[in-house]
Amino acid sequence: MRSADRPLSPHLQIYRWQLTSVLSILHRAAGVALSAGAILLVWWLVAAASGPDAYQSVADFLGSWLGLLLLFGWTLSLFYHLCNGIRHLVWDTGHGLDLKSTYLGGWFVVGGTGAFTLIAWIAGISSWAS
Amino acid sequence: MRSPLGRAIGLGSAKDGVEHWWLQRITAVALVPLSLWFVIAIIRLVGADADSVRDWVGNPLPAILLVLLLIATFYHASLGLQVVIEDYIHAEFAKLGLVIIVRLACFAFVVAGIFAVVSMAVGTSN
Repeated sequence: MRSADRPLSPHLQIYRWQLTSVLSILHRAAGVALSAGAILLVWWLVAAASGPDAYQSVADFLGSWLGLLLLFGWTLSLFYHLCNGIRHLVWDTGHGLDLKSTYLGGWFVVGGTGAFTLIAWIAGISSWAS
Repeated sequence: MRSPLGRAIGLGSAKDGVEHWWLQRITAVALVPLSLWFVIAIIRLVGADADSVRDWVGNPLPAILLVLLLIATFYHASLGLQVVIEDYIHAEFAKLGLVIIVRLACFAFVVAGIFAVVSMAVGTSN
């Protein structure tokens, strides 16, 4: 059988999703999303260095619905990748690799991501309003 | 960088897997405080105009931290994206091509970002 014809694992149609595997693939997805967000950071910095007109076009885009949606997605991705990244660093020391700890840590990451994202946006909106 | 065991037994990849893994972790550790600082700094800058941003980058500490953030971010991104590409792209030519493009793009973006920060920090931009 040619390698391209071989079935791939996991078989997604019949795969039973678990918290651990969902968080694992989300870590990658968030990382890829943050790479795109890093380009925005450079765009923002270059625009600020270029002058008020260039900066205003970036600021207008970020203040639009699409811009705000992207910023929210990047905030979520950043805090998720940060929290889950710390979970990975703990695993790298050889700790917390049993089933109970991976689930407990996973739920901590989910809660932490939600809490940090919420706090950041409440702080951002109050900073904008003041 | 190879693991001592891999070198001693002579098995496994003869490439630089350990260095890749290690640098991914070092940049990750650096990004924990840097990204938290960045989020707080950005929250304080919500609604700022170009002049306020330039004034802010004109201070040494934000400028230095921004440069460190850019280096750690794009190094970490290029290592991470390389693994994603190697896992999902199986055609050798496309895989190699994408890895090269990601490497070059990350390098270009980090240079552009650092240049923007430095030009604002030393006040030579218009």
